Amino acid sequence: MENLERIIADCPFFAGLDHTYLNLIVGCASNVRFEAGSYMFKEGTPADTFYLIREGKVAIEIFAPHRKPIIVSTVGEGEIVGWSWLLPPYVWKFHGHALQSVRAIALDGKCLRAKCEENHDLGYEILKRVVQIVEHRLDEARFQQVDVYAVQR
Amino acid sequence: MMPQTHSVREVIKETPDTFTLTLQPENGAGASFFQPGQFSMLWVYGVGELPISISGDPGKQDRLVYTVRSVGKATNAFVSQKPGAGVGVRGPFGIGWPVDVARGHDLVIVAGGIGLAPLRPVIYHVLSHRADYDRLVLIYGARSPRDLLYRKELASWARQRDTQVLITVDYGGLSWRNHVGVVTTLLKYARLRPAQSVAMLCGPEIMMRFVARDLAGHGFGRSQIYLSMERNMKCAVGFCGHCQYGPHFICKDGPVFTYEQIGPMMDKYEL
Repeated sequence: MENLERIIADCPFFAGLDHTYLNLIVGCASNVRFEAGSYMFKEGTPADTFYLIREGKVAIEIFAPHRKPIIVSTVGEGEIVGWSWLLPPYVWKFHGHALQSVRAIALDGKCLRAKCEENHDLGYEILKRVVQIVEHRLDEARFQQVDVYAVQR
Repeated sequence: MMPQTHSVREVIKETPDTFTLTLQPENGAGASFFQPGQFSMLWVYGVGELPISISGDPGKQDRLVYTVRSVGKATNAFVSQKPGAGVGVRGPFGIGWPVDVARGHDLVIVAGGIGLAPLRPVIYHVLSHRADYDRLVLIYGARSPRDLLYRKELASWARQRDTQVLITVDYGGLSWRNHVGVVTTLLKYARLRPAQSVAMLCGPEIMMRFVARDLAGHGFGRSQIYLSMERNMKCAVGFCGHCQYGPHFICKDGPVFTYEQIGPMMDKYEL
């Protein structure tokens, strides 16, 4: 547990979080591993977990019928994968595909949601952090949409 | 100001639309001295003249190397030249990258698309004067894996000591196992030491604006960030005014500027 707490405390996502809250979060955490090529989660399935990536790279993919999946972004070491666990209907919107062997901390979203409901201060702290990630990813997606390397005519 | 005829020695296809041409002076003309970041005016006889950054090794003075993306009549004509063909060269022109200022510092190079071409001479320079520089970080973004320039060299640079090479593409295919996302997403993986670094940026202007903003957010001062600008250059010596950018002529006062110099102008729609 101590080791997990240290890893979680060192993650930028949880930076500055009160020790009491970290203890609560550690109670919902476990170490996981995914082989290269395996799927960590799939679109449409219940999103009851999110991941803090310790090592490896995860592709966020969109399923496209009659096409190969489309990789919209990759997430790597020190980053968080998944926020669908926090918002109804708690369902993954994308595939999470381990491009390399991935070591991660899995955080039980159901467990953490319950703790956030019981303790709104914790809930607010988590929400602020998740919103920041959502903002970054939205910025990145908008920038990607600009297609800056396309030929300007 | 008169173009000096060079002959095409080699043509390398880098991507489906981008080619690297090596030119050498004809008629025993002298060596080609240039500073990393400088450009030449290339005259494709019968077609027109193009301002193109030099992308070769500044240590190899018997040749001039240019990487050009074929996007119009003149660039098409240039990249279609065959070995032995003659091309007119004026230059080199402009103020290049501050390789002397960067000496003793970490060098953070951020390139987007064909923007890696004007920065390649800096990489050659640093690698051939390795003891003069501290850490080298190269962050490179392209549209897709097939649009990446200098693939073999990227792999070789990544193996150099104290050098970090990070590559991303905006759109990755399924066989791509590297990063997918805009170039700014790589900054969080870079081993940055802003207080002892000089950053050099080249790519589409909008990309440089985002990168410069994010580097400033990481603690880089505006005077530590250098950008290579591009405008419609004609005379290349500050007479014609085609490349005027606020109070500057890109051809003569640049193309390399500090973010401190031009940052405020980059937010002006009219410029």
